[in-house]
Amino acid sequence: MSTVAPAISVRGLRKSFKDLEVLRGVDLEVARGSIVALLGSNGAGKTTAVRILSTLLTPDAGTVTVHGLDVVADPAAVRRSISLTGQFAAVDEVLTGRENLVLVARLRHLPDPGAVADRLLARFSLTDAGGRRAATYSGGMRRRLDIAMSLIGDPPVIFLDEPTTGLDPQARIEVWDAVRELAAGGTTVLLTTQYLDEAEQLADRIAILHEGRIIADGTLAELKRLLPAPKVEYVEKQPTLEEIFLAITGPGAPRGVGATTTGTEDPS
Amino acid sequence: MTSHALSDTSALTGRSLRHIARSPDTIITTAVMPIAFMLLFVYVFGGAIDTGGGSYVNYLLPGILLITIASGVAYTSYRLFLDLQGGIVERFRSMPIARSSALWAHVLTSVVANLISLAVVVAVALVMGFRSPAGPLEWLGVVGILLLVTLTLTWIAVFAGLSAKSVDGASAFSYPLIFLPFISSAFVPTATMPGPVRWFAENQPVTSIVNSIRALLEGQPVGGDLWVALAWCVGVLVLAYVLAVVKYRRRTG
Repeated sequence: MSTVAPAISVRGLRKSFKDLEVLRGVDLEVARGSIVALLGSNGAGKTTAVRILSTLLTPDAGTVTVHGLDVVADPAAVRRSISLTGQFAAVDEVLTGRENLVLVARLRHLPDPGAVADRLLARFSLTDAGGRRAATYSGGMRRRLDIAMSLIGDPPVIFLDEPTTGLDPQARIEVWDAVRELAAGGTTVLLTTQYLDEAEQLADRIAILHEGRIIADGTLAELKRLLPAPKVEYVEKQPTLEEIFLAITGPGAPRGVGATTTGTEDPS
Repeated sequence: MTSHALSDTSALTGRSLRHIARSPDTIITTAVMPIAFMLLFVYVFGGAIDTGGGSYVNYLLPGILLITIASGVAYTSYRLFLDLQGGIVERFRSMPIARSSALWAHVLTSVVANLISLAVVVAVALVMGFRSPAGPLEWLGVVGILLLVTLTLTWIAVFAGLSAKSVDGASAFSYPLIFLPFISSAFVPTATMPGPVRWFAENQPVTSIVNSIRALLEGQPVGGDLWVALAWCVGVLVLAYVLAVVKYRRRTG
């Protein structure tokens, strides 16, 4: 354990919707200033976890702190420290790009919202498009605007829920660059994704969420060590993250193979 | 948090007013149906309706104004529903802003949009021969009643928008509200109606509201109708407000 408190700490998080147990004891820690990818298939509970972390849902059990603040006890303070970019670009299509940014800056109660908007337009290469309605933007531009809106007020923790779902390859690379730039500025980023290469490309650490639990959590190198290096006569083939993912989430896969001990204890 | 409630509400109201300014067709559509009713009743049915003297357009304008509001708030519900469907409300909710401001922004926008639609309908009525001897005080009273009715129907619309499962459902609540003036003193005097219908017409809120506005516009003493109208509006307003806020809290956790 490092002496610096983690940016996000999740212990024994459980959440059910009626009879459906979505999260069954999630444990996760995210260090300050890192990018962590929460990897999982559709329906694994990624969005539920992010919605709890961003105070939109209340957990059934467990403790969740963000930026040292408890999401249940002090949601208002948590909201001041975070920003959420949901699964579908949360921009106002009727407003122009600039108006979207000004609106969020006003809602964050910043002085001179216009200047804040112009700075972000420049930073995300949207200056020329700033006066156009967001409805006319391409998918990549819309996502960039979305992320720019998330940065207003410099929240120390940012949640990106499937930031590149539905984007073409070029737009994905644009978004990846934007995310890298965020982390370079010291922001903690927790992103969810179902794309293995995205986790591989962006994340310092990768946590795999499967059937409501984190079944593996570590750096890419640590995850790769979970599988024995294949013994081939002429070619040594390193497993790709995709192979690791499918191997440990498949039916009859070994449990508790965490590269770290986090999230591998069964609470029951 | 409450210290920011006003500035948050004004920022969000500015947003939804821009939506209206960029699709002015919603205001036109709101005004078209009541204007069509007005033309139909004045130039087609009106000749056969005996309101006991006076111009028929003067007689029916108050009811037409209520229909205008009822059709206008359908858009309030529709806009709120669409907002909740999109990701933008999630963003607002995860931000440190006053929670009620999202609803109040829609309510204020509804009031502004309805006042514009009402002004358009009154302008058409003036062209059709509507004249009123009412002074500034009486007009102020008329505007006050219309504002109160708008607020009341708007909060019903907010509840409907929060409860709706589909876009169609979000505006369906307005049909009975649009229809209600037809079984009231809005188009014909209630005295001609058969027993039970007449009882309903005379005891439902539209009649007292219409009678109050009509009396003010004609420069007549308003009488007890005004108090009945105010009691109906305030009662329904409080009920709709409470239901909407409870629904909003439950829906947004």
